Amino acid sequence: MTSPLTPAGSTSAPGGVPLPEEELDTERHGAAPGAGDRPRSLASDAWRDLRRSPIFLISAVIIAVLVLMAAVPSLFTNAEPDQCNLQLSRQGPSGSAWFGYDLQGCDVYARTVYGARASILVGVFTTIGVAVLGSIVGMLAGYYGRWADTLLSRLTDIFFGIPLLLGAIIVLATFPSDVGTPSWQTIGKVVLALSILGWTSVARIMRSTVIQVKHADYVQAAKALGGGSRRILLSHILPNAVAPVIVYSTIVLGVFVALEATLSFLGIGLQAPVISWGIAIDQAQTYVRQSPHMLLFPSAFLSVTVLAFIMLGDAVRDAFDPKLR
Amino acid sequence: MGRYVIRRLLQMVPVILGTTFLIYVLVWSLPGDPFAAKCGDRPCPPAYIERMTNEYNLDDPLFIQYFKYMANLVTGDFGQTFSGVDIADELISRYPTTAQLALIAIGVEILIGITAGVLAALRRGGFVDNLVLVSTLIVVSIPVFVIGLLAQITFGVQLGWFPVTSDGTFYSLLMPGFVLGSLSLAFVARLMRTNLVENLRADYVRTATAKGLPRKRVIGVHALRNSLIPVITFIGADFGALLGGAIVTEGIFNVPGVGNMIFRGINQHEGATVTAAVTVLVLVFLLVNLLVDLLYAVLDPRIRYD
Repeated sequence: MTSPLTPAGSTSAPGGVPLPEEELDTERHGAAPGAGDRPRSLASDAWRDLRRSPIFLISAVIIAVLVLMAAVPSLFTNAEPDQCNLQLSRQGPSGSAWFGYDLQGCDVYARTVYGARASILVGVFTTIGVAVLGSIVGMLAGYYGRWADTLLSRLTDIFFGIPLLLGAIIVLATFPSDVGTPSWQTIGKVVLALSILGWTSVARIMRSTVIQVKHADYVQAAKALGGGSRRILLSHILPNAVAPVIVYSTIVLGVFVALEATLSFLGIGLQAPVISWGIAIDQAQTYVRQSPHMLLFPSAFLSVTVLAFIMLGDAVRDAFDPKLR
Repeated sequence: MGRYVIRRLLQMVPVILGTTFLIYVLVWSLPGDPFAAKCGDRPCPPAYIERMTNEYNLDDPLFIQYFKYMANLVTGDFGQTFSGVDIADELISRYPTTAQLALIAIGVEILIGITAGVLAALRRGGFVDNLVLVSTLIVVSIPVFVIGLLAQITFGVQLGWFPVTSDGTFYSLLMPGFVLGSLSLAFVARLMRTNLVENLRADYVRTATAKGLPRKRVIGVHALRNSLIPVITFIGADFGALLGGAIVTEGIFNVPGVGNMIFRGINQHEGATVTAAVTVLVLVFLLVNLLVDLLYAVLDPRIRYD
């Protein structure tokens, strides 16, 4: 059990949705291993299951393509997203522009491809932010207990009381970006707003697993050998308590992508110089009757992205859930 | 039961104080000019700054500011919009529409979500089950504003079944209500399915069957009632997402409700209006959660005896 879980965690790209603990196909995992089996770690077991899951493979391929699109968009399109010709405004799909042109006469395909970057960046950084912040709070509360636990748990309750979208609207309405704000700042604000408000579930998950783990014999042994709190937390408790957080993180990444698009659609998330699907959909809204192509293509990319992360989250959860074995 | 209610009410007090304080600090007391974003695209006129400084007591120390702000909230004074209308009055004139919309959405979630979940659970592994699993996966991955716009084009513009924008009448609220309900429909269906599948394997269900009760009664009374408890908790906890979704849906369909007021406020960069109205929504969310918790104790006696 002490083998670190990071190999499996890092090989599986994250994704998903906050599905209340539902099970998918219990049958697929078959019977529990016999007593004669060589003991394997949860991580290697999970990785073995994942490689066989078609859902995991499909979603991993889609996500790999999206990540490549975010990293090197010029591989997918020759057109420049910001070289636009007003004469082409709102022209439908054709041989020269598969997805047609938007209001400013920019190539919708190029803008959709370049839009992947903002969504993936917000999704990944928010997930990292939420996982780190929540893990720290949850570990401290779970390990130290007593007044630290009371204090941190009440703090978690307070942040939990603000729904994520509403809270993000409050924060971003107070610190709006405009056309002059540099892209990284605009994206950073959205990431910060979502991270500051979204860490509570991770903290609760981490706290409860740490409480389970901290009474284990190896933790007592490490204490008896004179291990300091920091060492015990980082090298004994964290590796054994991190699995549920990894599962949750894969599950919420897709949610953050969808939330970013929603905020951008409302006009409060990402702003103009940043190319984003949410902004494209917002612009398309006014011309939905005349030029539906402006709406359909960014929407399709957004939905497929969220879908891929959800499927990945489902697969990872199934693989990591010992109850289903 | 009485003791449970009192304990829940007492637990609620620090959470409400904490969330309102948090929001207050986020809006008014973080470093930087609090008026940078509160008056649309132009800088705030000095008269407005003076009015708001007075209204929110921005010259006082933070805790006194917050205390006075809470005193205002408790007496129903939520501040004013940029144009000087009382936000409380706006909210009162708009909330019936939003409440109606939310009720339609929850009705849709319960009717369709629970039916789909039950059908899937009863035919586990069958065609209906797979259909429900796949369709919920697809519905979950399409963000609510995309569903809203697609529904608007298809059912409003092309088929003409529903009005494209809403005037607040019940019929015109149906389509927005469906869109808003689709947000959590899939979760409700999946949660219902999982719980029912689990409960159908439980000992008490086997006992009921062994007693010779008809299958209809075993499922309808014994298994179903127990499976509904987590679903109700979920619908309560999800009320926050519903309120967020209402902002988007009301904006798209131009429903004259609270969400639309926030939607317009965001578009016109009226930070003060937006934050004040959203704060009220957060308080509503907390109260709804409290009610659901109390309801939970009524439904499941095990909860109150902890």
